Amino acid sequence: MTDAVPPKRQPTDWKTDTMQRRIRARYRAEKRFRFAGLFAVVLAAGFLAFLIVTMVSNGARGFTQTEIALPVDFAATDLFLDPQALRGPAAEQALAAANFEQAADQAATAAYGEIGPELLSNGAWLRIRDAVAADHDLLNGEHIFWLQASTDVDFGARGDTGTRRAQRPERQAMIARYAALNDAGQVRRGFSWTFLTASDSSDPTLAGIWGALKGSLLTMLVTIALAFPIGVLTAVYLEEYAPRNRWTDLIEVSINNLAAVPSIIFGLLGLAVFINTFHLPRSAAIVGGLTLALMTMPVIVISGRNAIKSVPPSIRDAALGVGASSIQVLAHHVLPLSLPGILTGTIIGMSRALGETAPLLLIGMRAFVASPPGGLTDPATVLPVQIFLWSDELDPGFIEKTSAAIIVLLLFLLAMNGIAIWLRNKYEQRW
Amino acid sequence: MNHDSLSDIAEDHAVRAETPKMTARHVDVYYGANHAIDDVSIDIGMENVTAFIGPSGCGKSTFLRTLNRMNDTIPIARVTGEIMLDGEDIYKSGMDVVQLRARVGMVFQKPNPFPKTIFENVAYGPRIHGLSTSKPELETIVEKSLRKAGLWEEVKDRLSDSGTALSGGQQQRLCIARAIAVDPEVILMDEPCSALDPIATAKIEELIHELRGRYAIVIVTHNMQQAARVSQKTAFFHLGTLVEYGDTSGLFTNPVQERTKDYITGRYG
Repeated sequence: MTDAVPPKRQPTDWKTDTMQRRIRARYRAEKRFRFAGLFAVVLAAGFLAFLIVTMVSNGARGFTQTEIALPVDFAATDLFLDPQALRGPAAEQALAAANFEQAADQAATAAYGEIGPELLSNGAWLRIRDAVAADHDLLNGEHIFWLQASTDVDFGARGDTGTRRAQRPERQAMIARYAALNDAGQVRRGFSWTFLTASDSSDPTLAGIWGALKGSLLTMLVTIALAFPIGVLTAVYLEEYAPRNRWTDLIEVSINNLAAVPSIIFGLLGLAVFINTFHLPRSAAIVGGLTLALMTMPVIVISGRNAIKSVPPSIRDAALGVGASSIQVLAHHVLPLSLPGILTGTIIGMSRALGETAPLLLIGMRAFVASPPGGLTDPATVLPVQIFLWSDELDPGFIEKTSAAIIVLLLFLLAMNGIAIWLRNKYEQRW
Repeated sequence: MNHDSLSDIAEDHAVRAETPKMTARHVDVYYGANHAIDDVSIDIGMENVTAFIGPSGCGKSTFLRTLNRMNDTIPIARVTGEIMLDGEDIYKSGMDVVQLRARVGMVFQKPNPFPKTIFENVAYGPRIHGLSTSKPELETIVEKSLRKAGLWEEVKDRLSDSGTALSGGQQQRLCIARAIAVDPEVILMDEPCSALDPIATAKIEELIHELRGRYAIVIVTHNMQQAARVSQKTAFFHLGTLVEYGDTSGLFTNPVQERTKDYITGRYG
């Protein structure tokens, strides 16, 4: 200690110009920062609104279809079908043998002239067949069938006459044709159950989302059934039991890296392991689910470990202090308290898996699958792959189907997240 | 190992209690390379409240946690020596730690009720140890425990409220009720009042008085006045060693060791 007395400090004068400038600059900086944040939020909301508005305006039409009234008198067509045969055991064979397609074309020509068959969708005759199978009396006399219109008529129904596609002469003819039919009350537009119940088709008026939706559902079931328990148990083991050494460090680093691996690599892995080594069927939901489970598991492990880590040690102490065994501490306290965090990770992982396309292309889920998968090993496709396939189609009818499929995918995602968020809130506890 | 000095004195009289419930002999605790407890020998009497005092980091909490093997949860902690509960070595192989912790209950520094209902907090211990066979029986245990902890009148109408919604002092008494519910023989309290206001502290101290005799109670405290108020025996720890152990009144008025005198007169700590 020296005896020198430091010079007495002057009291700070907050009123000087420099001080005032500093203060103003500080407030300005704060304001700028707040506006930057607000701008980011508005921009993000704008993009989201743009996406939703575009999808809904394009996709809404994908859920509708145009139907044409076709009067059919089977007596006037070449169709020969004995009503007696339909009652016997050979009914299916008789139906399959009857040429409904030709009959429909003939009826269409009779009703609408030369252009008639072109007005109808390629698979419209299937509806006649199904109706006849259900009601044999339709074979007698003339009956009106409402059948799917072809894409071109559908196009006319849309009324967007301004686009370049619509300017083509053959389209113009169709648009005029639709107007005439509409005036005569021979067309109607309505909700398309076909879209929700059918599978992929090369004809957009017959294409539906059900096959892909079911494929997605089965794939997600496999994914969550594997990734969730394995991920949670891995997280529990690493966090609660594993000794801290070089091996567990290595495992930890590997899992963290695994979560960052591009998804297409998992597709290659799935192809090499599940299909080439284990000879599981190609294009099947089980292989897709296994591959996506590999991809989702690290995300669940990481979020699970963080959630387990964030359970306050005092709760563990409390449980140990009354004599709970380590498994009881885990099952009664740590897991229930970390469940919200684990579920958040699961939501993120599953959402990513649901929207994943690349790895599934590699394991053959991009095949044209015209019927919904009956089980885990049947050929299947999933919603994002279906969207990808449809977006590649030339037929303009697929444009709106693509948007409609995106809406279905987003709704699926919302439903899945809704369940997870509901579960999370149910188990959320404060301490 | 160095067994002279205090330990030899200890063998004579200093560490003895009249009816020892727990006896510790030549206990050392290591955290990795850190020698946290150095050759401590002490008796915990059945009829007493025993207070552990000492400056921060002196090892009093560490030693307390060896008494119900809570240190087992720290991987790098190693305990040597001998700690007996009713003549049975609690560190012998084959000792059931779960049962030990039911017999030697613990109350922690920060109130740590489970984020469950008040009822569930108290019922948890009896339930996992199968101490009741029916719901009415369990309800009786819960009520008795809450009464002993002096909390019953305050919470009897809201047993299904969350335990974390109580005030700090009530939470700590809930934790005491939770410890009592498994019918322990010894209750270890690790600075139970350090997070509480003076009124809540007074209630806990009153409670400790009432519980005395039914349970052997060991309380770690920073607060020398508290040690003087609630305990009959006091142990002064410093730098991992037991410096002095004796009747509370004697230790505070007439300490034998120089270091004890320095500490209780506020020279350090």
